[in-house]
Amino acid sequence: MSFRIQKEARQESMLLNMGPSHPAMHGTIRIMLELDGERILNAELEVGYLHRGFEKTCENRTYFNLLPYTDRLNYVSPLINNLGYVMTLEKMLGLQVPEHAQYIRVIMSELSRISDHLTCLAAMAMECGAFTVFLYKIKAREFIWDFIERTTGARMTTSYVRIGGVRANLHEGWREDLIKAIQETRTVLKDVHALLDKNKIFLNRTRDIAVVSPEMAINYGWTGPCLRSTGVYYDVRKAHPYLVYDQLEFEVPLGERGDNYDRYMVRMLEMEQSLRLIEQAMDKLPDRSPAQELNLEGIEPAEAIKISRRKKPGQKIKLSPNLEGMEKENYPLILANDPRYIMPPKEDVYTTIEGLIRHFKYFMKGHGIRPPKGEVYFSVEGGNGELGYYIVSDGTDKPYRLHLRAPCFHIVSALEEMILGHYIADVIPTFGSLNMIGGELDR
Amino acid sequence: MGKIIDDLPQWEPHTPIQGGFITTKFNELLGWARKFSLFHYPFVTACCGMEYMSAACAHFDIDRFGAGWTRFSPRQSDMLLVVGTVTQKMAPVLRTVYNQMTNPKWVVAFGACAVSGGIYDNYAVVQGIDRIIPVDVYIPGCPPRPETVLDALVKLQEKIQKHEQEWRWKSK
Amino acid sequence: MAMEKQIVLKDLQEKFGSEISKTDLQFGDDILHIKKEALIPIVNFLRQAPYEFTMLLDLTCVDYLGEEDRFEMVYHLFSLKNNLRLRIKTRLKESDLKIDSITSVWKNANWLEREVYDMFGVEFEGHPYLKRIFMYDGFEGFPLRKDYPLRKRQPRLPLK
Repeated sequence: MSFRIQKEARQESMLLNMGPSHPAMHGTIRIMLELDGERILNAELEVGYLHRGFEKTCENRTYFNLLPYTDRLNYVSPLINNLGYVMTLEKMLGLQVPEHAQYIRVIMSELSRISDHLTCLAAMAMECGAFTVFLYKIKAREFIWDFIERTTGARMTTSYVRIGGVRANLHEGWREDLIKAIQETRTVLKDVHALLDKNKIFLNRTRDIAVVSPEMAINYGWTGPCLRSTGVYYDVRKAHPYLVYDQLEFEVPLGERGDNYDRYMVRMLEMEQSLRLIEQAMDKLPDRSPAQELNLEGIEPAEAIKISRRKKPGQKIKLSPNLEGMEKENYPLILANDPRYIMPPKEDVYTTIEGLIRHFKYFMKGHGIRPPKGEVYFSVEGGNGELGYYIVSDGTDKPYRLHLRAPCFHIVSALEEMILGHYIADVIPTFGSLNMIGGELDR
Repeated sequence: MGKIIDDLPQWEPHTPIQGGFITTKFNELLGWARKFSLFHYPFVTACCGMEYMSAACAHFDIDRFGAGWTRFSPRQSDMLLVVGTVTQKMAPVLRTVYNQMTNPKWVVAFGACAVSGGIYDNYAVVQGIDRIIPVDVYIPGCPPRPETVLDALVKLQEKIQKHEQEWRWKSK
Repeated sequence: MAMEKQIVLKDLQEKFGSEISKTDLQFGDDILHIKKEALIPIVNFLRQAPYEFTMLLDLTCVDYLGEEDRFEMVYHLFSLKNNLRLRIKTRLKESDLKIDSITSVWKNANWLEREVYDMFGVEFEGHPYLKRIFMYDGFEGFPLRKDYPLRKRQPRLPLK
């Protein structure tokens, strides 16, 4: 196999391979280094060990079916990927999402962002030797995932954000769960600030290592926390506000020098801002969902179907516990009001013929969501930066082309230039601070 | 066809216990010692890695089962934990890592992608790692809950107890 | 002083009128269809003040199987100072699948163009290191083209 580094290497230097099975829990990247002693003279990266054919698969699935594939892209912040895809489609279809659902989306988005930053910094700290920080942060992440699980049903790959809104309303007793998660995260952040911020060992390993200037960062197409650590003020939530971010107050932390320590610090401060956003969004949401207000005894679905053969059943239908939060009373809060692109409520599907037909046509191949012909690009602020979706539609129910603008692709492509002149041991915290996520990098 | 690399020696599956009273008891003793001190090598590629991290940390501890120490070298570990999707590009790397491990070794396929290719049925993904290396325990789920991982660990420990152990001076 | 999108488009039309085949507006995004020879001049023009499109957001390709100009290259540019986005598209024929590389203008185009080469087979003239990035070295074919089947297996190891 011929790599550029093999052709360019000098006779006296040593070629070292930091192979694809990386113990540093970042997944699958291969870094080849040309060393003079311990100093790096030349570097080359090989990616693609996790290329799972996401874009080609999406051309063979309907718009609704490919939602679970988007979860598995940036797998530490799955709800944001979902959100990006769904908002791109909503831009194309022209759907108006109700405000309650927008606040829920903001809460889920920010929780995912906190989870992303926690995981990234936990891995970075662990590789520098701070194992305690790793355990503390994963503990905080568990509380967040507990909250997400009780609402969406899954800890990680949720497929919660749907076209037109969200899948279900927040679960009963969500306020206490969320307050507990926020409290635990704040405690952990305070502890980690105390452990790492002024720690001489951590500072020696991260201060002034892999400094990136703003011009270099913009030339490489960096976005997100890495770009903000160099001092450039660009946040998609402020520049092109989506959802209800223009009505909420939050600050965007900026770094000064663009080294590893600034990238770490920007992420820590961003987590605090995300917690602030969640608290503001929490205040705007009512405590209980309308379905809980009614509190009537319902009839079983089989009985309701029997009654509906003669007339519409007067009583409320008891749905399976898996469909909790999706009751008909919740629909105006969580989903847009457009029968072409939204699933009908299950009560209608069981008891009326129009609901049944609408349900069939939504899922039938060739029918269902068929956006108008054309192409669209929309981006959201992911954990790593600007996560953009470019969809080309030809009028059928499957996308003609779906392309993902992966933020960490551009960030990692700069690594070859960033580590020149440093030592091998500097590669580890540098690589950790870039937050490489294999699912997003390789798609 | 792309470039094909093939270097795996013939592998032998684990057999059930045979032999007289003392050999059987010694076998059980070795099995007991080995099952409660598993050093694993996490071959982490994709999303299941997050659930692996959760299973290894404070809430759902795998240290209680004796498998807490992660050895970051195949030579020093006896359990290969393949976590996440294995693509065609990654397959020779997995085979090399498996070859480098010393006997006795066990393999656990963690997550739907490692078991059977998962939701990815396309040109780039190996449809299950048992096409490349022999697997002892399969953990389904996308991603599996940490409790499932612990259950699989217990099942692997039962399997280790029950099969024929290898030791150096054993007469074949 | 923030620049308006209409002024940018008007200035482009004045300077490069012959190379721009049409301008389009779809779902709120502005699109510019150009000839492939004009790519580097237009991009360099947009990069300087006062337009300052300093960031290349994305570079990709779409395969329209069956049409004569089969491949379409799509570039997304972004201006931080004026907060403007622009999409530039150009068509390539299958028999002449070459286009100028913009690695001299933006450095992230290096990997992005490698990805397009790997997935579609488009060759970029002037690219310093055009090698496959996602698939392994001996892979044959270009996966994201419409005539490549989704489930075709090309294993690198003999599978059981």
